[in-house]
Amino acid sequence: MDVLRITTSGSVDDGKSTLIGRLLFDTKSITQDKMEALTAASKRKGLDFTDLSLLTDGLIAEREQGITIDVAHIYFSTPNRKYIIADTPGHFEYTRNMVTGASTAQVSLILIDARKGIVEQTYRHFFIACMLRIPHLVVCINKMDLVEYDEARFNQIHEDFQQLLKGSFYEDKEVKFIPISSLYGENVVTKTEKISWYKSQPLLEFLEEIELDTTDRQHPARFPVQYVIRPKTEQHHDFRGFAGKVASGSFHVGAEIVSLPNGQRSKIKSIEKFEQQLDAAHATESVVITLEDEIDISRGNLLVTPDNIPEGRKELVAQICWMDQQKLSAGKTYLLVHGANRIKAKVQQLHHVVEVTTNRIEEKTEMGLNDIGKITLKTAQPVFADAYQANPANGTFILVDEFSNATVAVGFVD
Amino acid sequence: MSSIQWQFPRALEDEAIYILRETAAQFERPAILFSGGKDSITLVRLAQKAFYPGKIPFPLLHVDTGHNFPETIEFRDWLVETLGLELIVRNVQDSINQGKAKEETGKYASRNALQTVTLLDAIEELKFDACIGGARRDEEKARAKERIFSVRDEFGQWNSKIQRPELFDHLNGKVNIGENVRVFPISNWTELDVWNYIREEGLAIPSIYFSHERKIIERDGMYWPYSDFLNTTEDEKPFPAKVRFRTVGDMTCTAAVMSEADKLEDIITEILAAKISERGARIDDKRSEAAMEKRKNAGYF
Repeated sequence: MDVLRITTSGSVDDGKSTLIGRLLFDTKSITQDKMEALTAASKRKGLDFTDLSLLTDGLIAEREQGITIDVAHIYFSTPNRKYIIADTPGHFEYTRNMVTGASTAQVSLILIDARKGIVEQTYRHFFIACMLRIPHLVVCINKMDLVEYDEARFNQIHEDFQQLLKGSFYEDKEVKFIPISSLYGENVVTKTEKISWYKSQPLLEFLEEIELDTTDRQHPARFPVQYVIRPKTEQHHDFRGFAGKVASGSFHVGAEIVSLPNGQRSKIKSIEKFEQQLDAAHATESVVITLEDEIDISRGNLLVTPDNIPEGRKELVAQICWMDQQKLSAGKTYLLVHGANRIKAKVQQLHHVVEVTTNRIEEKTEMGLNDIGKITLKTAQPVFADAYQANPANGTFILVDEFSNATVAVGFVD
Repeated sequence: MSSIQWQFPRALEDEAIYILRETAAQFERPAILFSGGKDSITLVRLAQKAFYPGKIPFPLLHVDTGHNFPETIEFRDWLVETLGLELIVRNVQDSINQGKAKEETGKYASRNALQTVTLLDAIEELKFDACIGGARRDEEKARAKERIFSVRDEFGQWNSKIQRPELFDHLNGKVNIGENVRVFPISNWTELDVWNYIREEGLAIPSIYFSHERKIIERDGMYWPYSDFLNTTEDEKPFPAKVRFRTVGDMTCTAAVMSEADKLEDIITEILAAKISERGARIDDKRSEAAMEKRKNAGYF
């Protein structure tokens, strides 16, 4: 069974939570007791309909204010596959949550209110989808019921969006536009007569047919060593295995590997998954690798194949999204987390900040919460990262504040 | 059974194993919170696989309310013995005796909320910096907002408003002195995933998950297991029935379901057709709309 991860984003009140509630309701993923609780909660709020958005607003503060504050993860499955939705807040101040929700997604679902068309938040969401290079993009034009299911209105928004796509990551990709009404469940799971001019699939049918992106497998082989397994038992006295999750590419038994940073070479003796012996391990698999030779490898080392060895860099240029209340300070030292490595890094230069709604680059001397910009970092040890564009699985890092221990930024290596 | 819905998504196992290895590497003294329920049994299996052929590098911590199903305790001891694990038990009764927790009264009395006191004391006493739990985001709406590495303050409290962002595979386990982390490796699993995993892996589980005859009472439209721990009223008369448990907590906060399912296949068929959610059988969640969030804020897992 495969798992499709989706991130949803929208603006305040454009019905995102209702859309998710609708997906769950129409796929019969809401059980009777949850439905009864929803009906009762809606009644208490004085509503004369069952408010499906109450399903995802899980925190007291969210229900009080009727808004989504934090990323919620929602699960449902069809007979075809399992879905994980990262439902991210549509408020301006929560951009960091949007990036968080988007970081593991294969599909970005952008919601637009048919009455309002493209708004400031749409640009923000689109910018994030492009920055993260999320493989699939779906644009749902919602609340079609409130514009009398008008085809011309849909076409107008479609055209406006086409302008955005020009020159972007999605220019040559298939971007799906679907007119829906999440309140009435039209074109969400089932097609509707009311939008007969729309000949294509409803949302769920489209999602069901999306092919999982497996390009990570084609990228250069990267295996960050997480943990060294040394049982020292009688039975496994000399066993020394390197545990980790293949970040990208594939590793084969018998093939030569290079261990970074020291550059020592050996051959793969075995690849194991519990009691199973494998011939190969591919991207996203958690395995244990043993080698022919006794070479010095510990947590933080990166195993690669000799055909493609990443360059160790002590100076990294990266696009970052700042996620902390405390502003980024140039000259300050942070802890850079890349794979299983923790390396001291100093912010050498802040090049610019991007105004994401207009794509304009601004010279700035500081960077605050939710800002996206480009910096140069100087690191204490070489970082063996790939450019995010070339190999996303080995092209990101986070920055941790050494004093508060908070995760303050996520970075995408240039 | 060839249907896709009967297949466990293997990507979830890779993810959980990754999280467990990060926990072992990033913390000095982690422990697995073990209740004897199916989710913690799944955790033990994952830990076994993550560190094979080495041993599981964590002890199990069981916060014993004293109101457990005897079958669960029997199973716990069997599992610990069979896999050669280290088990640490701390008792809610001791917290009550020390005056740190107070027994609830009335017919809804349960020790569920009292567990938090004992858990926090155990964390302090044994200096655990990470506690690995089997909570899943699909269980409950407050849990849907949880992180994989969830930071708790000195009082074990969860603050939903200042959670650390978690991006890609990067897990930040750095905490300040006094703080600790709750780790949830099966966050992204659903109830169905857990059952499919148990079936595919051939894992043993306590007998009460399968259909058996038991004395129950009916209260508030639910079937409560009859026991010495349950305060009943005059007109609540116990009667025998064929039941099983879909989720296993205390005898005072877990409702039974009428069922003939005595094989894993039958259980999965039942879940696929169920009209009631898993936590619908948890009396502890029914106290208020935000029962779980409030308990989590106080240090519950």
